[in-house]
Amino acid sequence: MSAPLLEVRDLRTHFLTRAGVAKAVDGVSFSLGRGEILGLVGESGSGKSVTGFSLLGLVDPPGRIVGGSIRFDGRELVGLPPAEMRALRGRRLAMVFQDPQATLNPVLSIGAQMALAVRAHEAVSERAALARAAAVLARVGIPDAARRLGAYPHEFSGGMRQRVAIATALLHGPDLIVADEPTTALDVSIQAQILAEMKSLAAESGTALIWISHDLATVSALADRVLVMYAGRIVETGPVGAVLRAPIHPYTRGLLDSLPAMAAPGQRLRQIPGTAPSLLAVPAGCAFAPRCPRADAACGAPPPEARLPDRLALCHHPIEVAA
Amino acid sequence: MTGLVVAEGLTRRFDPRLSLGDRIAALLGAAVETRPVRAVTDVSFVVRQGETLGLVGESGCGKSTLGRMVAGILPPTSGTVRIGGAPVMRGGRKTTTRIQTVFQDPFASLNPRRRIGKIISEGPLAHGLVTRARVPAFVAEWLARVGLDPAVATRFPHQFSGGQRQRVAIARALAMKPDILVCDEPVASLDVSIQAQILNLFLELREALGLTCLFISHDLSVVRHVSHRVAIMYLGRIVEVGPAAQVYAAPRHPYTRALLDSVPRLRLDDAAVSFRPIAGELPSPLAPPPGCAFHPRCPRASERCRRERPELAASAEEAAVACHHPHEDPVA
Repeated sequence: MSAPLLEVRDLRTHFLTRAGVAKAVDGVSFSLGRGEILGLVGESGSGKSVTGFSLLGLVDPPGRIVGGSIRFDGRELVGLPPAEMRALRGRRLAMVFQDPQATLNPVLSIGAQMALAVRAHEAVSERAALARAAAVLARVGIPDAARRLGAYPHEFSGGMRQRVAIATALLHGPDLIVADEPTTALDVSIQAQILAEMKSLAAESGTALIWISHDLATVSALADRVLVMYAGRIVETGPVGAVLRAPIHPYTRGLLDSLPAMAAPGQRLRQIPGTAPSLLAVPAGCAFAPRCPRADAACGAPPPEARLPDRLALCHHPIEVAA
Repeated sequence: MTGLVVAEGLTRRFDPRLSLGDRIAALLGAAVETRPVRAVTDVSFVVRQGETLGLVGESGCGKSTLGRMVAGILPPTSGTVRIGGAPVMRGGRKTTTRIQTVFQDPFASLNPRRRIGKIISEGPLAHGLVTRARVPAFVAEWLARVGLDPAVATRFPHQFSGGQRQRVAIARALAMKPDILVCDEPVASLDVSIQAQILNLFLELREALGLTCLFISHDLSVVRHVSHRVAIMYLGRIVEVGPAAQVYAAPRHPYTRALLDSVPRLRLDDAAVSFRPIAGELPSPLAPPPGCAFHPRCPRASERCRRERPELAASAEEAAVACHHPHEDPVA
């Protein structure tokens, strides 16, 4: 196997707040191959978005990457001078955010802001930049793209705006796109359109994709591998079908059992008791232990790795599954 | 068909508020929006005693507007809502406490400057459902009932998480001893594990109190889980209604079918997934398409669909569909 496109080792991103140190990401490691789709799943406050922001060097104070390494195509991104990071961001690494309303500039036409993004990295004429913009807009399924370059964001629907944001991310044919809950704000029927397009775009262009979401169903339909986060740490990772069919970690199991689709209509759902811990006071040892049905005294110590071929969970009492 | 809640011909239009300047500008041909939004048009349904009716649709379909009219919060432009024969509103004012609402956003629906105990007891006190002397015991009882520590009665909403706040909102609604509960996206803003806790609480209280419910959500799996019957809305109208099991297993309206097909399902095998999205965009409620509002996106549309709007017609026992070319009825 060739070297992975992205290799994250023991990444730690902390927020130094007045109330204490919030360990939003605390020792996350994973790798990603070219063209691979990784689903990053977790509930609010699990650190999944901060992980995404860390990859692109977009963590603002009081947040800071306090340790670990992010190797992207052989290059270390942690500690990279801002100018060099800017040269990479948008060109080889791109991001799509949850709310296209907030990420598009409302006073620039779609064409003008996309041309700016093109020319930020390449010395081409305005005309050539606009032609490139029209071409990628057409690729993400915006009809009559060349004519719509003059339109402003408010003239587009939510789904169309998210397509523009995705098209902007695609402008330079990046190696990696990090998408943070890109379809959460959209309606079901529009969400399916975007998912279908992302999947075929990733396959066509060989772009690797990190899809950050709280929605297991979306991730199961899109991703090759899944990574489940809880309280700033990875609890389980592996091929998406295998993990969701037979999770090793009790948290992944609990998350699945919480879904209404997993119970007969009208029956009680198997809920996870309690709430996620504050990131200011993550329990020592296994952070999930206070809510875990399998927890015992051993869980006060940091959880060991439970490995299966191609799979990993961090747990003292992993659920037995057939390899 | 008789029901505890009977809605007849409910319509709600929102007219744009135009200043004199706007009107003059519009007359002079400026781009001022003068068309009304038709949020809900001619909707009739019943909710029977002890039943939960699920109301599903995408954003802008009018489901929340409909819920607010049923709850007596928003006066309809025309049509009526009756509970046990008595109108919910008279002269633009709610006339009953028999129906209460749990809203989507527990951050916005709880007064941030009131203590939890006051939030829960204010309504029952005003309506004489509890005496002032009994308020502390009353509040403690309701907090325990929704799974909160009775000691939190003196706290403020900001001291709670989203799931806990939704428990408070449920306690506030049920403390009014309603027969009917309108739930408008009660779990949409919650995390998956918290959502399951709130849904379980809802199922438990519904059973214990014998509640009749209108449950509004865009989440098809949540609605399936809690509803006996479901109504599907598209652009201000109900397009299909029927027993939940039947509508989900064999949808008859092409929109219902497309909506169910487009939802990503939890995939537990390694087979490739093909998405089947609905083509096109939701039309604007300012200018709904003529004929059947779904025809521009419908694979079954014919010339007739472009001209003539299909009425919601009973298609089988308890079920109805508004379509000129519905899918086969599996029962008939």
